[in-house]
Amino acid sequence: MAYEKDLNLEATELRLGLPGTSEESAEKQTSATLRSNKRALPDMNEGSVSGDNHSNVAAAKKCDQETASPTKAQVVGWPPIRSYRKNCLQPKKTEAETARIYVKVSMDGAPYLRKIDLKGYKGYPELLKALEDMFKFKVGEYSEREGYNGSEFVPTYEDKDGDWMLVGDVPWEMFTNSCKRLRIMKGSEARGLGCVV
Amino acid sequence: MRRNGAEDMSEDDERQQSPRSDLEFTSNKARYCKATGSASDHPDQVLENVLENVLHFLTSRRDRNSVSLVCKSWYRVEALTRSELFIGNCYAVSPGRATARFTRVRALHLKGKPRFADFNLMPPDWGAHFNPWLLAMAKPYPWLEKVYLKRMSVTNDDLATLAESFSGFKELVLVCCDGFGTNGLASFVSKCRQLRVLDLIESEVIHDGTDWISCFPQGESHLESLIFDCVEWPINFEALERLVARSPLLKKLRLNRYVSIGQLYRLMIQAPQLTHLGTGLFSPLEIAGQGDQELDYGTAFAACRSLVCLSGFREIIPDYLPAIYPVCANLTSLNFSYANINAEQLKPIISKCHKLRVFWVLDSICDEGLQAVAATCKELRELRVFPINAQEDIDSPVSEVGLQAISEGCQKLQSILYFCQRMTNEAVIAMSKNCPDLVVFRLCIMGRHKPDPVTGEPMDDGFGAIVMNCKKLTRLAVSGLLTDKAFEYIGKYGKLVRTLSVAFAGDSDMGLKYVLEGCSQLQKLEIRDSPFGDAALRSGLHHCYYMRFLWMSSCRLTRQGCQEIAHAMPRLVVEVIRSADMEMDDFVETLYMYRSLEGPRIDAPKYVTIL
Repeated sequence: MAYEKDLNLEATELRLGLPGTSEESAEKQTSATLRSNKRALPDMNEGSVSGDNHSNVAAAKKCDQETASPTKAQVVGWPPIRSYRKNCLQPKKTEAETARIYVKVSMDGAPYLRKIDLKGYKGYPELLKALEDMFKFKVGEYSEREGYNGSEFVPTYEDKDGDWMLVGDVPWEMFTNSCKRLRIMKGSEARGLGCVV
Repeated sequence: MRRNGAEDMSEDDERQQSPRSDLEFTSNKARYCKATGSASDHPDQVLENVLENVLHFLTSRRDRNSVSLVCKSWYRVEALTRSELFIGNCYAVSPGRATARFTRVRALHLKGKPRFADFNLMPPDWGAHFNPWLLAMAKPYPWLEKVYLKRMSVTNDDLATLAESFSGFKELVLVCCDGFGTNGLASFVSKCRQLRVLDLIESEVIHDGTDWISCFPQGESHLESLIFDCVEWPINFEALERLVARSPLLKKLRLNRYVSIGQLYRLMIQAPQLTHLGTGLFSPLEIAGQGDQELDYGTAFAACRSLVCLSGFREIIPDYLPAIYPVCANLTSLNFSYANINAEQLKPIISKCHKLRVFWVLDSICDEGLQAVAATCKELRELRVFPINAQEDIDSPVSEVGLQAISEGCQKLQSILYFCQRMTNEAVIAMSKNCPDLVVFRLCIMGRHKPDPVTGEPMDDGFGAIVMNCKKLTRLAVSGLLTDKAFEYIGKYGKLVRTLSVAFAGDSDMGLKYVLEGCSQLQKLEIRDSPFGDAALRSGLHHCYYMRFLWMSSCRLTRQGCQEIAHAMPRLVVEVIRSADMEMDDFVETLYMYRSLEGPRIDAPKYVTIL
């Protein structure tokens, strides 16, 4: 580990934290581990032939605590599952658990906003249905040419560039990646947007 | 997807590997044999003819190796009669040398990269190219019929050349291979008129966009086995349907996940003679309401009276599971390792599978599911439990409870691979006593350095009991918190162990020393992230010529130490591998060492240094 070879420069290092804080050491270990799968834990019994079980266990526990979450995150090739198998299975869990996209939803005239997780929907039909249920309204018929026809409500969203766009124009994946907030427009404003070609 | 265990019980089926280096013999004897080859006396010739006829019946590799050592005459005749050539490490011997000795080979079985390459521990393009072998065989083996490759790099051109060079070619099996795509498959199947077997197992197939299924020649096909469940691209279903319809001999069909359950139905009613079936997606392509009216899948399964091996279930909708009830009673092999099902969904199926010998499953079934397996599957020989979530330090759906149950219910167990988050010594010891027939024991406790959660002790005693009590054990993979004591046990009792996998274990050089000095049958040793250094390796060098390979990554080997080893052992190829962005450190990142008659290979990439 880096420690063994250091001239213990850490002791004299100027940092902002209080002396004795282990932020940086945890970070170092993380980056070292991520960079290569080397020696994630420091040597426990360097030079000894057979430590007794207790000290091993205690040392292991201690090391586990020191290097708890940062290093446990990512070690190359561990557990030993072929990446093919990992890829086939994990998408189900990982996407659901970690990649949530929460956006605020406002509706013209409604007293308060709502928040939804875009990852919880597979596509536009599901999303619109959920919005309809949430705000008790109905969108019109969508067409590429004319936008939403047949209703005074039009779903719009603000994208990464700050522009207000009509929901449904771009592919779903692109939409979830660029949508920052949703707004359900109503009335004359809506008509203007819906008619733009 | 891992190949279905019914046919291959893991790498440890190589019971036939001779521990003695017959490679040494080759180098001594080859010259001698060539000189005297044609000058036999008449009586000797008669004897040789008799011997030739007798040896044709000898199929075991180990027996053949022994036969070849009797005398030069037997060596010669054995070489003439060996029709299946097995090369465990493609770099141990050159293609030219192999084809010179064995002149009448019909089947080649070739292995390339070491297993740890599967886990991204080796940068790509390391080697193991099929091409030189292919080119070397074209002239000497015009009657080549079968090629089995594992962890080799095969290109599209290779596939085309293979079909063109051997007019009678019948069987191609690619396991964990890469480098080729649908273009290569298309050329191969279109040119290979006698093809009986095309098995693509856990291989990476590049998407060139070619519709290779349509490229099978028209007319009646000789196909007996078509396995393509690892191909991650859509296929032309109509062409496949026509192909199945004109393949009356087809017994094994494993579909990829682009075949829906409705399409599966259509195939099954064309091929009720199937014995091995991989079901593909096992759900409709669209959510219910669009398209598939509810077909009677149960009838299709019931019609397959010979079905013994079932796999697939790539995106299973559990509602469809009852369709397989009619075949459960006959199943000897069931692979649910892509099916995210729970114990309740498993029980109605497994309770019917009395004849089951091989079972692969996800830990989503939990300990409860394993208890159900233990209650019914008394004939179980092989169990593999894979994790849905391959991370450390999360909740454990399976644990020592499941292992204990299996050990009590499935006492004929021979092979187990078990991923879990927690395990106790007690359960492992119980298994060692309840399942004395164990040949393969691979336990992966996913949290590194995890002790027994009940006692706080290392896992030494558990693994110690395994090597002590399981007298037939040839393959072992260890995990959890392990001290040198565990290795002392392994060295002392693991006398038949041929393959050993170690990760994040041991305290000092003694651990490795125990193993190298004690395990006399050790062939394949793969170690990662363990504190073993140069001294340990040096102490066990005498054994290295008897091993196929040694892999050590992220241990405490120095470049100096490896250099010394390379000097001391001329017949070993000592490869030091570093990944692209690593600076040169004092410690060697990866050492891959193997015996070879050829010296350093010429196709090593620049991040490999051969000392």
